[in-house]
Order: sequence, then structure tokens, then C-alpha cells
Amino acid sequence: MSVAAIAFYCFALTTVAGGLFTVVSRNPVHSVLWLILSFLSSAGLFVLLGAEFIAMLLMIVYVGAVAVLFLFVVMMLDIDFAELKAEMAKYMPLALLIGVIILLQLAMAYGSWAYSDGFETRLAAPQGDMQNTAALGLLVYDKYIMLFQLAGLILLVAMIGAIVLTLRHRQNIKRQDVLAQLYRDPAKAMELKDIKPGQGL
Amino acid sequence: MVEFFTTTNLGILLLTVGQCLLVLVPLLVALAFLMYADRKVWAAVQMRKGPNIVGVFGLLQSFADFIKYIVKEIVVPAGADKFVFFLAPLISFVMAVIAWAVIPFNDGWVLADINVAILYVFAISSLEVYGVIMGGWASNSKYPFLGSLRSAAQMISYEVSIGLIIIGVIISTGSMNFGDIVRAQDGYGILSWYFIPHFPMLFLFFISALAETNRPPFDLPEAESELVAGYQVEYSSTPFLLFMIGELTAVVLMCALVSLLFLGGWLSPVEFLPDGILWMVAKMVFCFFIFAMVKAITPRYRYDQLMRLGWKVFLPMSLAWVVLVSFLAKFEVLGGFWARWVIGG
Repeated sequence: MSVAAIAFYCFALTTVAGGLFTVVSRNPVHSVLWLILSFLSSAGLFVLLGAEFIAMLLMIVYVGAVAVLFLFVVMMLDIDFAELKAEMAKYMPLALLIGVIILLQLAMAYGSWAYSDGFETRLAAPQGDMQNTAALGLLVYDKYIMLFQLAGLILLVAMIGAIVLTLRHRQNIKRQDVLAQLYRDPAKAMELKDIKPGQGL
Repeated sequence: MVEFFTTTNLGILLLTVGQCLLVLVPLLVALAFLMYADRKVWAAVQMRKGPNIVGVFGLLQSFADFIKYIVKEIVVPAGADKFVFFLAPLISFVMAVIAWAVIPFNDGWVLADINVAILYVFAISSLEVYGVIMGGWASNSKYPFLGSLRSAAQMISYEVSIGLIIIGVIISTGSMNFGDIVRAQDGYGILSWYFIPHFPMLFLFFISALAETNRPPFDLPEAESELVAGYQVEYSSTPFLLFMIGELTAVVLMCALVSLLFLGGWLSPVEFLPDGILWMVAKMVFCFFIFAMVKAITPRYRYDQLMRLGWKVFLPMSLAWVVLVSFLAKFEVLGGFWARWVIGG
């Protein structure tokens, strides 16, 4: 077995195990930590596929930012585990139903799956000395620039929407005036002493 | 003999382990002396003597501290989540160390010469925050928890501006490989280094690096006057040592990044002197000296000011700089001063 194969099985096993423990662990913080492990090993799988740029993005965006926020929120929640379990049991039939439907759909799709001609060449890693950062850049910023910009606009709208929905102007509270703080006259606030070097006060 | 190390699996494994040790051991020994230098600079500014008992001029102080940390008892708080409690310092240490895999010390002297080296360092340094968050949470104590919350917010905020500053350098170079970035700064000695075309970003990067590594004046996660020692309160002995080494390694890593991105890495400042690893080390030590001086002469920031600086000052400035550099590079202003593309273009 080649080194790449061993690495693949290690990463694949950790990804699956991480996902499994995300679901079954009793403590939500542990769940997030398992999820992070799962992300990290998926990044490893991407590296094995030769997609090192996407692997790094996965680490920066998902592990470095999104999961930190998850952890941030989950850590601050005061969760009653018993109650949570009871809630989960209540919705278990529905969850099982959805799971079975998705499984069936996947099975149906896989059953009628047909490969078009020459799919191996399209699946293969990019040829020549084109780095995948450059390849991805050409695709996203040249060929599909319109779609990329549209996706960006949708995200922008979503972000502004979230801010508008949560922003409220409360009256009668003390606010900081940053400009007033910045333009405060130092002479009025503190006294400067002229100390010779090496002497001290 | 050479074939054994380049063709057989065992040989490659041994070679890699040897190379890792070659980077790791000098790094950790250097850390001991940098720690000493940090304290000496701090002491000199405050007109104290600093460590001066162990060894000549106190040079062995760090090693004495090391032994002291190792032999002390490990105390675990009663309500602590034991597994996460011990995982946190390990993560902090390991993340700080593995980033060195892609840092070149001379032309070609690098463990892993990968295409996305700079993204790798960025990704690893964004993972360092987990050590802090997990340590603060697992301690099951108020001050560590507050410290870790602060740290999470702070590190995420300044990562954004660090990322944008790095993008400016990447646009100028056309590559994410450190070797290419340094080679793009070759030419007329000190005048070709990126700190001239990217002048304002050198300072933004340096200040963001201070915040990212929780160094004073941005050491709010461990502000002793408010939070005792932040996320480290409940840690003692070796776990505390790991946190400390991890933190210091991250600082030295940031020094290496400043040297590579803006100060020409291993390139000589004047043309008649040869390039080499000594220049790289000298630049890193210089950066570390500035880090130490900043620690000595600046008062601590207020937390809301820190957040305002990160999101409302640094983020817009670095974003505007990315746009500006894109134009300057695209239209090759000043004879391609901002466009030194090695590949593609």
C-alpha cells in the first residue's frame, strides 16, 4: 500500500469518526471540536487530491473562522442536556423519515447514474505546470466572473439584511463619542515630565 | 548512501525527521535566548537589571525556568474537562511549531516548498486561537473563560486585516510561495524590498501581528489587572510552559513573516555582500527587538478601542490598499514597481 493510500485511509477514517462523534457526543462543545477534526481531515483529503488551495481555504474559512464562531456561541449557551435529549426524542421519527427519504433519493440517483464519454480525463488533476490557485483564479475571475459577482452580491444582501434585522436604536443609554475621546487635549488629561535618560524619577 | 535517503521509504522518512529536528532544535534553543532577550530589553527600558543570576549575565535563566516548570506539580481544577484541558496547551504548542515547516531560512532551505505556503501559515496561525479558547473553556473558571472569549474575538478580528495585507504582497509577487516572494524582492538591495512599495502595510502588519499573538499592548486575553492571567489562570507546570512556548513561537513566526514579506528574507541589504541565512536571522532578531520594545514602552489598550481599531481602521485601510495595489500592479506603474510577477502574469 502506498503512502498516499495510507494517508487517505487515515484522513477518511478520521473524517467519518469526527462526523459520527459530532452527532453522538453529549457535550455540545465536544461536538464542535469533533466537527473541527472532521474539517481538518477533509482538508487533508483535498491535499491528497492535489487541490491544495481548496484545502487551505477550508482550513482558513471553516476551521479558522466559522468553527470559532460556532464554538464561541456554543460555549456561552447554558444547555440543559436532559431537556435537549427529550426534545430530540420527540422529533426522532421526523428526522428518521427525512434521513430515509434522502437515502432513497441517493440510491435512486446512483442506480440510474451514467458516465458520459471521456469523464476520466475531466476528473484528472490539471495538466502542465498550471498551479491550481491560478487555474481556479482563471475560472472564477475570468470565465464565470458574472456568476461569481452575483453570488457575492447575494451574500452582501444577506449580510446587510442580517444587520438591518438585528440593529435597534435604543434610547436613553449612554454611548461613547469616539471622536470626542480621540480629540481630547492631552495637556488637560495628563502631566508630562521631562526625564533625563538613565535617571528615572 | 545518497540513494538510500532519496529513494527508499525508510530513507525518506529518516531524512524528513532529520530535517524537522534540524529546524526544531535550533528554533527551541533560540527561543530560550529570545525569552531572555525579551526580559533583558524590558528590564533595560525600566532601568532594572533583569535576569542576572543563573549563568554568565543570567544567560541560562530560561533553562533554569524550564527545569522549574517541568518539575512542578500539575494542578487540575475540580470541574475541569480533563481531556480538553490538556489538549489546549498541546494545540497551542503544536500549531505554533508546525507553521515553521514552510518558512525558508535561505534560498531553498525549507522543509516543505509548497505552492500555497503563505496560505498554510495563515491557516495554521488562525488555528492557534483554539488553544486559547479550549484552555479558557475547559478550566471551568470565570477569568479564563472571559480571557478566552476576548482572545477569540481579538484574533479573528486581526486575522482579517493580516489576510488582506498578505493579499497585497501576493498580488505584487504573483505567487504564494515564500521563495518566490523573497526572490521577487531581489535587485537593488534594500531599495527593492517590499517595505518600500508596501510601506504603510508594514506597520499595519506589525500592529496586527502584535494583536494576533496577544502581545502587549494588545495582551487583553491575559490582562493581569482585569483577568488575573486570562486563559492561563488555572494552568501550572508543563501545560503552562507549553502555552508560553507556543505564544513565543508564534511571536517569532510573526518576526519571520515580517522579514520574508517586507524585509527581503535572506537577501542582503547592500549588493556587495552575499545573501544568506545570517541576514534572515538578523532581520528576525531585529523584528523581535521591536516586539520587545513595544512591550516595554506602550500601555495596554482598552478592549473596545482594540475592536474599533481592528474593524473600523485596519480593515478598511488594508482593503483599500488591496484595490490600490491591484491597479498599480495591473498598469505596471513606475516600471512595475508593484508588479514583480515571477510566474504567469
